[in-house]
Amino acid sequence: MPGIVARGSIKGAPARQFQKWKERGILGMLNGAALFSVFITLAILWVLGNETAHFFSQDEVSLGEFFGTTQWNPLLGAEKHFGIWSLVCGTFLVAGVALLVAVPLGLITAVYLSEYAHPRVRAILKPALEILAGIPTVVYGFFALTLLTPALKTFSDSFGSFNALAAGIAVGILILPIITSLSEDALKAVPQSLRDSAFGLGATRFDTSFKVVFPAALSGITSAVILAAARAIGETMIVALAAGSTPKVTMDVRDEIQTMTGFMVQMALGDVSNYGVEYYSMYAVAAMLFVLTLCFTLFGNWIRRRYREVYE
Amino acid sequence: MTPLTVPPPRPKAPKSVAHEASLVAPNPPAPSMPEPAVQLKEFNAWYGDFQALHNIQLVLPEKRITAFIGPSGCGKSTLLRWINRMNDAIPGARATGTLEIHGKNILGSSTDVVALRRQVGIVFQKPNPFPKSIYDNVAFGVRLHMKTTRAELDEVVAWSLKKAGLWEEVKDRLNQSALGLSGGQQQRLCIARAIAIGPEVLLMDEPCSALDPRSTAAIEELMFELRESYTIAIVTHNMQQASRVSDYTAYMYLGNLVEFGATANVFENPQCQETEDYITGRFG
Repeated sequence: MPGIVARGSIKGAPARQFQKWKERGILGMLNGAALFSVFITLAILWVLGNETAHFFSQDEVSLGEFFGTTQWNPLLGAEKHFGIWSLVCGTFLVAGVALLVAVPLGLITAVYLSEYAHPRVRAILKPALEILAGIPTVVYGFFALTLLTPALKTFSDSFGSFNALAAGIAVGILILPIITSLSEDALKAVPQSLRDSAFGLGATRFDTSFKVVFPAALSGITSAVILAAARAIGETMIVALAAGSTPKVTMDVRDEIQTMTGFMVQMALGDVSNYGVEYYSMYAVAAMLFVLTLCFTLFGNWIRRRYREVYE
Repeated sequence: MTPLTVPPPRPKAPKSVAHEASLVAPNPPAPSMPEPAVQLKEFNAWYGDFQALHNIQLVLPEKRITAFIGPSGCGKSTLLRWINRMNDAIPGARATGTLEIHGKNILGSSTDVVALRRQVGIVFQKPNPFPKSIYDNVAFGVRLHMKTTRAELDEVVAWSLKKAGLWEEVKDRLNQSALGLSGGQQQRLCIARAIAIGPEVLLMDEPCSALDPRSTAAIEELMFELRESYTIAIVTHNMQQASRVSDYTAYMYLGNLVEFGATANVFENPQCQETEDYITGRFG
């Protein structure tokens, strides 16, 4: 085929050949880049699954103990205990506090930015809020440990040097920009025509914001909150620094607790060198955490698809 | 919130006047104009430095339909949206002169726009129901302004939907989303929503331009019925529509009110050459 063309355009033929290979090369690179992230995910899952299976194959542990008991004590004492629920409880306690802080504050801020703020105020406030998202989490951890906890102690002596509340508040501040930013996007996406018709019916700005715009954006807001929750559950550095390392099932935010992520940090950095059962327990906890955050993300996406209002 | 007296199941009181008028339809003779519902005197409006309306003198007669025609950008929508102060939301929008509703100037900063908008309802170009149920759409304004029992609210919703000619089509699915209705139904729902709070004046900004001919016919028919109880101002780009539905017609051009009069006169015997050119399609 190229031979036929070549006679008329001698200069063109090699160039076209080159062009063809270039296109193939580019396509290959793009495919490769896309497949790379899939490959990494699968590799991580494989390692996670493998090591978790290895953990459960050990004599000292059983699935029944893992999911059926609440004592987590892999390091100290004569008998090791692997009951995941105390770590799960600590995780949800911190995430719960974080959401209690971030959801009201974040949603009010989002409504303010989207519906009330003068464009000039908004132009200052929004970037300022996004700076919060750029602060390294270790800084939040120190903030919780050296500022929040002493402040809490002045209210009550019952707070531990490590406690769930200080860590939870810091995580709350961390996820605040996620909730605000995503919710504001959802509010802004509500068509102006809906606001106009609400105003046209004699609604005040407050009525319009909370009875029309907010409900219309609810699916986006819900998925923002769920995404933030997943982030709070997976947050590591703050809880490793400020929440402590005593796994227990408690609802008392003054207590020292340990989260799943906090435990993994302790294992990965600590001196468990013998690749014993406590080392492999780290993978089981990681698998559990993965499943939890995956559920949250899927649930958030489902909510967004299921309840999205489609406007023209 | 005004303490409730069940709202308007509006009596068909003004029937007599309106009916006679509609018998003489399409166009009543101009000389005996009804009471003015809305009156503009030396009315000027700006968007920032741009003057959108120049020295408008105009009366919208009560319980009549007044059509505003003119090429795009002539200021007719601006004028309409000043009547219930929708322009407040637009930065830089301001107006001078007087705009009276039943003799009361509403331009001052002391005007209670919430009360004003209860009095002057608006229907927009694109049907824009809230993403709520049909029932909640109609009940929205009522809930804002009045305390009602569930039974009273049911009554108002049914009354409004009947009045808007939508009741038969939706009575069995009041709790379904309004977004599932057709465009024409949605627009009638928007009208039902507007009249549910008992306005005196109804502003319609190109209410049919997004609808098919059949829905347009339904809305026009509805306007004739609403005319018995409401003063209606409609902006339209459709000359046939203006001549079909309105009692009075205002032709506007470049922010000026060029001609105003009984629709028959404006269409058959326009006083200004510009009006004639526009109506006959030679311009615009």
